[in-house]
Amino acid sequence: MSQKQEEENPAEETGEEKQDTQEKEGILPERAEEAKLKAKYPSLGQKPGGSDFLMKRLQKGDYKSSHWRSHWSVLLCVYEMQKYFDSGDYNMAKAKMKNKQLPSAGPDKNLVTGDHIPTPQDLPQRKSSLVTSKLAGGQVE
Amino acid sequence: MAGAGGGGCPAGGNDFQWCFSQVKGAIDEDVAEADIISTVEFNCSGDLLATGDKGGRVVIFQREQENKSRPHSRGEYNVYSTFQSHEPEFDYLKSLEIEEKINKIRWLPQQNAAHFLLSTNDKTIKLWKISERDKRAEGYNLKDEDGRLRDPFRITALRVPILKPMDLMVEASPRRIFANAHTYHINSISVNSDHETYLSADDLRINLWHLEITDRSFNIVDIKPANMEELTEVITAAEFHPHQCNVFVYSSSKGTIRLCDMRSSALCDRHSKFFEEPEDPSSRSFFSEIISSISDVKFSHSGRYMMSRDYLSVKVWDLNMESRPLETHQVHEYLRSKLCSLYENDCIFDKFECCWNGSDSAIMTGSYNNFFRMFDRDTRRDVTLEASRESSKPRASLKPRKVCTGGKRKKDEISVDSLDFNKKILHTAWHPADSVIAVAATNNLYIFQDKIN
Repeated sequence: MSQKQEEENPAEETGEEKQDTQEKEGILPERAEEAKLKAKYPSLGQKPGGSDFLMKRLQKGDYKSSHWRSHWSVLLCVYEMQKYFDSGDYNMAKAKMKNKQLPSAGPDKNLVTGDHIPTPQDLPQRKSSLVTSKLAGGQVE
Repeated sequence: MAGAGGGGCPAGGNDFQWCFSQVKGAIDEDVAEADIISTVEFNCSGDLLATGDKGGRVVIFQREQENKSRPHSRGEYNVYSTFQSHEPEFDYLKSLEIEEKINKIRWLPQQNAAHFLLSTNDKTIKLWKISERDKRAEGYNLKDEDGRLRDPFRITALRVPILKPMDLMVEASPRRIFANAHTYHINSISVNSDHETYLSADDLRINLWHLEITDRSFNIVDIKPANMEELTEVITAAEFHPHQCNVFVYSSSKGTIRLCDMRSSALCDRHSKFFEEPEDPSSRSFFSEIISSISDVKFSHSGRYMMSRDYLSVKVWDLNMESRPLETHQVHEYLRSKLCSLYENDCIFDKFECCWNGSDSAIMTGSYNNFFRMFDRDTRRDVTLEASRESSKPRASLKPRKVCTGGKRKKDEISVDSLDFNKKILHTAWHPADSVIAVAATNNLYIFQDKIN
């Protein structure tokens, strides 16, 4: 990879030199990190994202977070969800596939579909942001 | 190696001495999600600075004119206008919430007294007109001063209403709403140099709009495969060329940039140029593709170069050379040995933006711990600065920061493990002509100026 050497403190190694040193030691930093990740999540597939990770995110609703939004494998899951009538249908189907207990009625607010009949109190609150931005109120110098 | 920047050298060379100028926003520790700044953009003259936040609000600051009686306030940015651009919506068909977060703001070139900008959330783009009103009419015949209608039969004389000065009022009104054209989340908008059209890009498609027409748009790029299981990459950013109205580029999650020419065909699925740095297969890892994903792409003002930001570096490309970048600048290479934890806490998916200075001689991008990095392309020097309340004394110089990776930590250095990954600077903007920069640090907006200026 063509890289401009940055003018740095000669006592510090640049990324490339560090790689060379560690290659001599036998491990690239990225590969070491990869090994760490695979040790924690052995079922992680070749495709970045991995279906287990994604399922975890989907259930938490984290797939909406901006970090994941443009990740291609998230799109796959969103697309997959569109095959179902609604999120309740999706959850039921997934639960059957995994042979899990259906989500039980109770205080678990994250899973309002399935067995549990939702009430207005259970649904996540809609945000209302009709408040003036703090950037526009008062100046601090 | 060719590192030619455009433009002449300003007095004092390219050695910037950045000083604190202003900070906007609340100081409290508990940051409301709605207050997180999601985009920052100067207008074409640099007199206006717009910010968008996660709460769907836009705040516009205006630069004060030079005033001899108040020399310290020269060049200060003060609130000019603020409005609610987007509101949260709910897509009933898909049972999905549509966030009101403003993803991008782009200004239109000014053509009359009013200012126009485009703001977009995940699904809808809006054209806003910001206009000033400093006069109002008094002495109407058919209504009272407080607006109540008068009984026409009681009117015995006619008078001509007079225009009287009033306190400046800045009004923002939505002039166009461009909706329902994107199935996936909009990541970019870019105004064309023809001042008539603009593009909007989502994960899989790019659409071309005419600013006057809201009920249809042309699809110019579509990378959605027939079978979604074959999907391997998504569009991450797109921009029109600053001078050639037929040329635009888009970047992908695989670290590639495609340049398209709209003259060649109506649907630009086939690129005219393809920019990709060859990868060393021996260094490939699970993270390689993720960190090569380009989060931002920006043309230089000259139009000869473009810059791409991936997770660890910024690359400057010559439009005439597709095989490899002209320059590669490391932003925070020390994070390469932290990729496992950065993957677990999602930081590896953070989308940093980058920007050029007015003369294309320097580039800037953000990092973690409220650090941001500047690279001078002429002198080949780079600096790490911090946006913090501690160094926020008026006109105080910013001290360069240093991250230490080895065991021996020098005084004033910060170790990689002490970095705060929640304090990320994703959005920065550089004044189109002057040495003034705006840096968004979560819910605060910092403005820094060059001392020499």
